[in-house]
Amino acid sequence: MPGMTDPERVVEMEGITKQFPGVLANDHVDFAAFRGRVHALVGENGAGKTTLMSILYGLTRPDEGTIRVRGRAVSFSSARDAIACGIGMVHQHFMLVPSYTVAENIILGQEPTRRRLFLDMQTARERVRELSDRYGLAVDPDARIRDLSVGTRQRVEILKLLYRGLDILILDEPTAVLTPQETQGLFTTVRALAEDGRTIIFITHKLPEVLAVSDQVTVLRRGRVVGNVRTTDVTMKDLATMMVGREISLTVDRTPAAPRGEVLALRGVTAIDNRGVSALKGVTLEVRAGEIVTIAGVEGNGQTELAEVIAGLRPLASGQILIDGHDASRLPPRKRRELGLGFIPEDRMKTGLALEASVEENFIIGRHHSEPFSRRGRLNFRRIREHALELIRDYDVRTPGAQVPAKTLSGGNLQKAVVAREFSRGAKLYVVAQPTRGVDIGSLEFIHRRIVEMRERGAGILLISTDLDEVFSLSDRILVMYGGEITGEFRPDATSREEIGLYMTGTKRMNMRRSTTGVA
Amino acid sequence: MLGNFLSLALVRASIRMATPLTLAALGGTVTMQAGILNIALEGMMLAAAFFAVAASHFFANAWLGLLAGVVAATLIGLLYAFFVVDLKGDTFVIGIALNIFAAGGTVYLLRSMFGVKGAFVSDRIRTLPDISIGLANVSGPIAEVLDGYSILTYVSWALVLAFSILFYRTAFGLRLRAAGEHPVALETVGVSTRRMRYLAYLGSGILCGLGGAHLSLGYLNQFAENMVAGRGFIALAATIFGQGRPLPVFLACVLFGAADSVAIRFQSLGIPPQFALMTPYVVTTLALWLVSRPRAPRVKEATAHMSTKEADAA
Ligand SMILES: Nc1ncnc2c1ncn2[C@@H]1O[C@H](COP(=O)(O)OP(=O)(O)OP(=O)(O)O)[C@@H](O)[C@H]1O
Ligand SMILES: [Mg+2]
Repeated sequence: MPGMTDPERVVEMEGITKQFPGVLANDHVDFAAFRGRVHALVGENGAGKTTLMSILYGLTRPDEGTIRVRGRAVSFSSARDAIACGIGMVHQHFMLVPSYTVAENIILGQEPTRRRLFLDMQTARERVRELSDRYGLAVDPDARIRDLSVGTRQRVEILKLLYRGLDILILDEPTAVLTPQETQGLFTTVRALAEDGRTIIFITHKLPEVLAVSDQVTVLRRGRVVGNVRTTDVTMKDLATMMVGREISLTVDRTPAAPRGEVLALRGVTAIDNRGVSALKGVTLEVRAGEIVTIAGVEGNGQTELAEVIAGLRPLASGQILIDGHDASRLPPRKRRELGLGFIPEDRMKTGLALEASVEENFIIGRHHSEPFSRRGRLNFRRIREHALELIRDYDVRTPGAQVPAKTLSGGNLQKAVVAREFSRGAKLYVVAQPTRGVDIGSLEFIHRRIVEMRERGAGILLISTDLDEVFSLSDRILVMYGGEITGEFRPDATSREEIGLYMTGTKRMNMRRSTTGVA
Repeated sequence: MLGNFLSLALVRASIRMATPLTLAALGGTVTMQAGILNIALEGMMLAAAFFAVAASHFFANAWLGLLAGVVAATLIGLLYAFFVVDLKGDTFVIGIALNIFAAGGTVYLLRSMFGVKGAFVSDRIRTLPDISIGLANVSGPIAEVLDGYSILTYVSWALVLAFSILFYRTAFGLRLRAAGEHPVALETVGVSTRRMRYLAYLGSGILCGLGGAHLSLGYLNQFAENMVAGRGFIALAATIFGQGRPLPVFLACVLFGAADSVAIRFQSLGIPPQFALMTPYVVTTLALWLVSRPRAPRVKEATAHMSTKEADAA
């Protein structure tokens, strides 16, 4: 826009380089962000986005390079220094104390006190209410974090930054865990904050979001800047090509399903959630070999509990679960896996992987006790290593090696590691929850192809997803879950997003009393 | 006979026995809130017991003895912190090493400084005074039960209350507990987890110092080899039993203190001492067995967070 004076450059990073053992995470990266603008930072998994931002936030020290904030050269040795410069960050994995209340989490580190010692929770609550009203970020100050949905937790994270009066806000994949509605809400907030003169750096893998919310885009690939453009000057295709270095097809090619015998059946399954509230209220469904059945729904309508109940991580209150024709209702997880269950849980950090264990160890979890990885109780390390290298290659897991602890992998690579482990098992039935959360478009395409490939090989797949794009590009049948019940069943070619949306929000529902086996 | 058994003397003995346990267990509580299992309570108490007696003997002053004991235990606490927080050592390995160090070190010093084996007694050693909290004139059972203990007994009661407030009603407590539950989150809001943990070790050292000094100057008036005799571990058990909350921890200490004094009473009833002396340990084991399940995960989680943080900060 010629004629307009350039807005103030609040952040300037020059020549930032960071070497981790075996990976050059940032390679002479230049990055700048402006006052009152939303700046998108995109790139494949492991491209170095989080690393660059943790350097700006003082959590990681760069090996080389300079940072200037509002024109002044700075050198941060901790987050405290960055906060003092007005920089705040919402992390990819939330940084909230689960047993604390919303208000306690927000004030932590800058607590209002009486007589400089005692916590003043009254003031804390008022400040939280005030901020939440002003920016339309609805939260209950007294709710405990562990009881809240991810969407609410994220609002708490943003409030944490606003409470501190910070004006350079880094959001690391803020939409990865949000529903479409929550994402819209977040965009409204982000735009309002930018209008208020704040600077926002927004990391995401979803290109439509980049176009919808940002003013400027920086693309990283393997630690280097490969593009820095105005959002209005690019298309989604351009961005995808810049990110991956090749053209990406944004849809999956697939043949119609040819379903065969039943591999999973749930009959009137009920269960309670962690708070003791009824989470599943009589779920009946079937998955047949060679089909992909999707559970669509807004997060927190019982999908998590459904996956856990099938995997054997949560007890049934009543009802029955059949895996490949065998009653598995009371079987422990290992027995269910032996019956042919594969499971990709939604929380890769907590349930999916053992973060302290090495990548290769993670790859054999669940099979560590059987051939070929162990014989007569002794592990075969050579075989384990070979297996790991194979999976790392086949699934393109970006890691410096098979022996590094899983926790050093970037978010998307953690996800690929779980997918690799489960899909390499050759199970008959896969329960796949949110498989592409936080995964870059290249890997998303890859994981989607693998899911379809598993179906073609004759596995039955129960996919749980809150992402409607994913639901529509993969499903043979769509079941909508609302309030712990299946409230509708659809074929993707005979319905629309709008219609599914009405079922997802509980506006409409079908009579689902009978136990259905597909749409006739 | 039962009436005799449950005499006033027994109750008073229980309260007396509970004092060093309470002080040390509060020490364990501070570290547990910060996400650290403090295995070295025993060693800290032992060092404090020795130096308290030594200083009391040299200066003929109980207060200087108390101070020396606290300083000794605090130094061990800071050493522990250095190894675990800065050098990332394993808390169990370092803790056990410090306990052995304290056991061996005090025996060595006992011989080289005082030339004695087993126990050191001297008429120069001054004991901590018993005090009256003004109930003496109010005759009756309450006064009989509550009045006239060592000053540290009353200090320990006050500290139970003070720590309840510190943990749950102050900004410091909010940060300390966050350091235990989610250190990375604390770090990202700009509070140093390392600092909180050092402070926890410091507090733990001071409290164990008081507890250890009370053992040697509170009622026994001597130092004997290994005189702590597992009380540090019983205090640790109380910490775990009370899940790091001061009041339940205190109640556990009173229970274990009672077991301790019952053990002595059993002996006088003719039960073989080998069995009688097992009582406190048996009670502790049973109590721990009863509550062990809910507590275990949190400490593990805390350590897991700790190492995740290390990775992030690396
Ligand atoms: N603490 C660490 N130790 C070793 N390697 C690390 C560490 N943190 C990151 N890495 C490596 O640095 C590279 C960049 O990681 P980073 O987390 O910045 O990627 P990202 O772009 O945020 O990816 P994603 O989109 O998957 O979150 C990755 O290869 C990762 O494995
Ligand atoms: Mg990242």
